Amino acid sequence: MIQLTVNGRSREVDVEPEMPLLWVLRDVLDVKSPKFGCGIAQCGACTVHVNGEPVRSCSFPVSAAAGKRVLTLEGLAPAGRLHPVQQAWIEHQVPQCGYCQGGQILTAVALLRKKPNPTDNDIDEAMTNICRCGTYARIRTAIHAAAKSGKVKA
Amino acid sequence: MTTRREFLKVSAAGGLAFGFHLPAANAQSVAPEINAWVVVRPDDTVIIRYARSEMGQGSMTSAAQLVAEELECDWSKVRVEYADTNAHVRRKRAWGDMAAVGSRTIRQSQDYLRKAGAGAREMLIAAAAQGWNAPVAECTASNGLITHGPSGRKTSFGKVAGEAAKLAPPKEVTLKDPKDWKIAGKPIRRVDIPDIVAGRIRYGIDAQLPGMVYAAIAQCPVFGGKLKSVDAAKIEGRRGVIRVLPMEDYVAVVADNWWRAKEALKELPIEWSFGGNESASSESIQQFLRAGLDDPSNVVVARRDGELEQGLAGAAKVLEAEYFTPYLAHATLEPMGCTAVVKDGRVDVWTSTQNAEASHATAAATAGVPLENVYVHRVQLGGGFGRRGGSQDFVRQGVQIAKAMGSTPVKLLWTREEDTQHDFYRPLSLVRMKAGLDASGNPVAWYARVSAPSIISTLLKLPLKEGVDPQAVVSFADQPYAIPVVRVEYAQRNPHVPVGFWRTVGHSQNPFMRECFVDELASAAGKDPYEYRRGLLPAATKEHGVLEATAKAAGWAGPLPAGVHRGIAVTEAYGSYVAAVAELAVNDKNVVDIKRLVLGIDCGHVVNPDNVVAQMQGSAVFMLTAMFWGDITIKDGRVEQSNFHDYRMMRLREMPKVEVVLAPSGGFWGGVGEPGQAAIAPAICNALFAATGRRIRSLPLKNHGFEIA
Repeated sequence: MIQLTVNGRSREVDVEPEMPLLWVLRDVLDVKSPKFGCGIAQCGACTVHVNGEPVRSCSFPVSAAAGKRVLTLEGLAPAGRLHPVQQAWIEHQVPQCGYCQGGQILTAVALLRKKPNPTDNDIDEAMTNICRCGTYARIRTAIHAAAKSGKVKA
Repeated sequence: MTTRREFLKVSAAGGLAFGFHLPAANAQSVAPEINAWVVVRPDDTVIIRYARSEMGQGSMTSAAQLVAEELECDWSKVRVEYADTNAHVRRKRAWGDMAAVGSRTIRQSQDYLRKAGAGAREMLIAAAAQGWNAPVAECTASNGLITHGPSGRKTSFGKVAGEAAKLAPPKEVTLKDPKDWKIAGKPIRRVDIPDIVAGRIRYGIDAQLPGMVYAAIAQCPVFGGKLKSVDAAKIEGRRGVIRVLPMEDYVAVVADNWWRAKEALKELPIEWSFGGNESASSESIQQFLRAGLDDPSNVVVARRDGELEQGLAGAAKVLEAEYFTPYLAHATLEPMGCTAVVKDGRVDVWTSTQNAEASHATAAATAGVPLENVYVHRVQLGGGFGRRGGSQDFVRQGVQIAKAMGSTPVKLLWTREEDTQHDFYRPLSLVRMKAGLDASGNPVAWYARVSAPSIISTLLKLPLKEGVDPQAVVSFADQPYAIPVVRVEYAQRNPHVPVGFWRTVGHSQNPFMRECFVDELASAAGKDPYEYRRGLLPAATKEHGVLEATAKAAGWAGPLPAGVHRGIAVTEAYGSYVAAVAELAVNDKNVVDIKRLVLGIDCGHVVNPDNVVAQMQGSAVFMLTAMFWGDITIKDGRVEQSNFHDYRMMRLREMPKVEVVLAPSGGFWGGVGEPGQAAIAPAICNALFAATGRRIRSLPLKNHGFEIA
């Protein structure tokens, strides 16, 4: 059995240690916001936080998450209080189809935690997730807006 | 006046209903139903039904805006719910066409959606008047309330909805003049976004049913091939593996989770019968297309104005050029998939589809049950771009596998590799153009011969009118320039690679060819490419208008920084008119720094301006991705690319500054999901010519050594 904490709740799973965290979340624990896009850590639709760091869960063995804290989009707004990044995403109408946006939001949250006032260059470096609908301009605007809101905790 | 904040609050509270439970009670609200599109609950909540699909193009919100506008309801009380495909069958297609394809959701539904809103409003007013014993003419509706003018009495939609539902719908309704719109025409927030950012929205891939098993598949790598044999014993006893299902042209491995199915499939020995296409290559396909250009016996005429030979003979100068565009994959970020249960003569399907009616029909035909016994559960799509409409291969497979598994629910999901290598690709196209110029450089004759596959014959299997696939010759056959002699020909060439609709399809390639060639003519005439076009476009054309508006916004005549160059292009697309101005610099390593991309659109009426801007921005990324890197190539009969490492997608750092110019001229309804792409490639390539002197006559740009900054 492998123990991990998902969105604040302790879970035990009986799976192969090499099973990617993405499939443990989606198929074993029914946590659906991390999405499958490529399976080779290229697109970032599967991004979750493990102990606060963004990882591409399609290529991250569950054994590496043992005993650690996993955060998905479902856990970002406890009690329905939206994170400032989520608020900025609504304010600036960022998503189109939305499939990549959980990964984009979690990547942006991690960026703002490290760099509360990121430059365009910081955003270029951090935001490597693919958005096939092409929402990049609005992602950039929303990250700057979330930073300026002063609501993001470091 | 409802503020943006109020819209946000309501949408966050309301949200979209998605059913993932069996037996599906089809969560459709039924009462009081004023008409097929409008349900008003006693608490004044207004349910507006949406029949087509939402894949990020925003039509779910825009369509509801049109209904709400005529209904005179309170937008803060609106919830949007999908129309049910089973009820659709039983109610004689009460919701019309359910396909979200061809940028036509708004332009082809606006009339009946607005009439449904207006009709429901009239019924609600009539019910209130009846209750008051007052003449209908003395009652009006606004913001969800009905007022009796003379007495000042008021009631709400919810209070009279039950009575209104019993009335006959009005035979005729008067629609508002768009200048009086209060909800339509405004940048209202999309109703699905709160659920997206909260992680509540559900896509096809997210279906979860009790006792569900998972399927991964391998399809014959060579198109047209069949399965010969499979050695299922090799993966027997692997953890979680339940069944190996040999099918006609694919193999499915079913397991207790998807990763186990996919991993077991990798170890499964499979033999294929390739069926004769295993030696095809990009080179052989190119030769096949070239023969279409060179063999005069094989062409049909798509447009003929005057006699070409005479026109060219009388010209002072004749130019000729060949242009090429490659196959492209859709690469929706959510791969193809389908969850299905076939039980007791009933089929339930959860899938990301652009055409729920087609999914419904495919499920019924595959399972061999009547249409009345099928339920297609509606979900958000993780991208569509044309992949999930015309071809329902994923539904056919999902239902086949579920049927083979008895009454057990099965979730089929493709890998990215399967998705890239088993697409219905944007057709390639090879085009030869000729133009004759008079002594002053104006074109007197124009010729184009298109050698390309036909989506209509091969995918839709429909007959072609006089042998012409309109998609293949679009933007040539309807070219807008004042040229006295025009001849456009089509040579249908269908290699073994399956083709399909791909965001902007023919308009993603032919305007590139036409508008770059027009630039060649302007250059040969020694004229400014903007003024040259403007002079050739009759002043009454919409192309003329949007070209002027875009050039003005871009400051076409103004100075540019040293080393920065401009290009321009204009075209019709999907009933709208678009123009683009690109400003870029190219360094000595062929790195292209796009400083600015100005995109103009005249879509007639604008239903949601912020959404039009979003679609234009997204179109820029989609086209830049295609024109810099998009190239599906064939070797040994199969696709060489497999995933995002070799089929590259644009990323955030590469997106240039995009400025959108909304130039609506009113009086018509054009599409907005696809047109944005159409003018971009020629504007960029024309700017590249200005910068480097090199004419780019084929895409992608990576094959010419260009990289994006």
